[in-house]
Amino acid sequence: MKILVPVKRVIDYNVKVRVKADQTGVELANVKMAMNPFDEIAVEQAIRLKEAGTATEIVAVSIGPDQSQETIRTALAMGADRGIHVPASHDTEPLAVAKILKALVDKEAPGLVILGKQAIDDDSNQTGQMLSALLGWPQATFASGVEIAGDALKVIREVDGGLEHISSKLPAVITVDLRLNEPRYASLPNIMKAKKKPLDQVSLDDLGVDASQRLTVVKVEEPPAREAGITVASVSELVDKLKNEAKVI
Amino acid sequence: MSILVLAEHDNNELNPATLNAVAAAAQIGGDIHILVAGSGCGGVADAAAKVAGVSKVLSADSAEYANGIAENMIPLIMTVIDGYSHLLAPATTYGKNILPGVAALKDVAQISDIIRVDDADTFQRPIYAGNALATVKSGEALKVITVRTTSFEAVAADGGSAAVEAVGATGDAGKTTFGKSELSSSDRPELTSAKIVISGGRGMQDGSNFAMLEKVADKLGAAVGASRAAVDAGFVPNDYQVGQTGKVVAPDLYVAVGISGAIQHLAGMKDSKVIVAINKDEEAPIFQVADYGLVDDLFSAVPQLEGEL
Repeated sequence: MKILVPVKRVIDYNVKVRVKADQTGVELANVKMAMNPFDEIAVEQAIRLKEAGTATEIVAVSIGPDQSQETIRTALAMGADRGIHVPASHDTEPLAVAKILKALVDKEAPGLVILGKQAIDDDSNQTGQMLSALLGWPQATFASGVEIAGDALKVIREVDGGLEHISSKLPAVITVDLRLNEPRYASLPNIMKAKKKPLDQVSLDDLGVDASQRLTVVKVEEPPAREAGITVASVSELVDKLKNEAKVI
Repeated sequence: MSILVLAEHDNNELNPATLNAVAAAAQIGGDIHILVAGSGCGGVADAAAKVAGVSKVLSADSAEYANGIAENMIPLIMTVIDGYSHLLAPATTYGKNILPGVAALKDVAQISDIIRVDDADTFQRPIYAGNALATVKSGEALKVITVRTTSFEAVAADGGSAAVEAVGATGDAGKTTFGKSELSSSDRPELTSAKIVISGGRGMQDGSNFAMLEKVADKLGAAVGASRAAVDAGFVPNDYQVGQTGKVVAPDLYVAVGISGAIQHLAGMKDSKVIVAINKDEEAPIFQVADYGLVDDLFSAVPQLEGEL
């Protein structure tokens, strides 16, 4: 079975993002970029399924500017077998991404697509669900446990109230949550090997997908800053402040 | 304009998050209808009919909707959605799971997690874990929107008298079978709607130490939460997690105990009215957002706090 894993290039999660002065977006120039952390978990899960003999090939896909190829190389260094880069704007919306992925699924015929549940830049949490609807495949979102036997899929989902167990059949779309696994680091030899792994480019025209933006970003601004607080010297002072100043207890 | 709000419920009770989504719908303006899809959910439909400002309740009562399986819910929504200008749901794991599929099949963009309604087409939403706020405008014929519940004050659960209209079931799509839930049960208030939240982080060192926080919580009528680090370490279950990818809370009082304050955690609690941080590391970033900071060892401070309440 082939597994398709989409990976997104985003601002590294440790970087404090800055809003551009002209309020058109956030500053991306000279900012450290990395693979979306949820996508690392998706790649790791695919590799584990390959190591377990469930999967035979892992195809990493990234949609975005040329530098997205670095993100694909990261996935290849972790253990994916080959990459597909779809050149597109950094701001490609989830619906367009889902359509591109659907076109790639039609072409590549994977048995499973594993995605991060959300990207930490736009925090949309839409792409996997949209893809499953477009494909008419089962969806297992926010997965913290995945078990596959033949074409039977069992997933544990993290939901607001706790956990939920569902079962389904392949082919399917899985979106992964934080606690599914701990992604491996790529070793230096694997990073070197990854440079020789195949990485193809497929254009939006080849796929026949219109990726134009549906939403207009009117403005991007900083959130209101919280006023500086005070340091209290003791628990007694804290309780006094909460009772008599903030009046919250 | 008419707005359809997808109700969240457990077949017995309407989840209060629905009332926050209705509040956002009221700000958009227009006729507000609620869709209640479940199994044996007549009581929920009746409760939805009483929600202030709602003019109609669509009720789909059939076994395939019992557990909110997205592949069963989406075809149902598709049969009723024509004619609506907006589809809203709370930005909970329930709403997030179902709505994007509807948007995809209607070929419209979704706007996730709105925190402000500017007009019927324009909304504000957080991006980058709330480190930036984007105002986005949608020209789509149908606006599919999830609503951050803490940003919209719930409408009254009573006062309305909407008609309940049954809608035909669409059958089991046969794609996903529900197994079981492992839901945390607690006598304390629900995390996202509690007036006071006390959360523990990695500094708690062990799950059993959360008992200290629970004692304080019980004195204050508070909910107990946690940082990702504490959940990852196995101190508490996943449903305790507050942050960018966990729950977003905005209580009157948030007490962060042994939490360093990673931006991913701040994303889930920085809209709280009053923030207290207790941490022995005075350099911890949590102090930058705290109204009251106490630099102290939590293992002495928390029991003392309990004693003084």
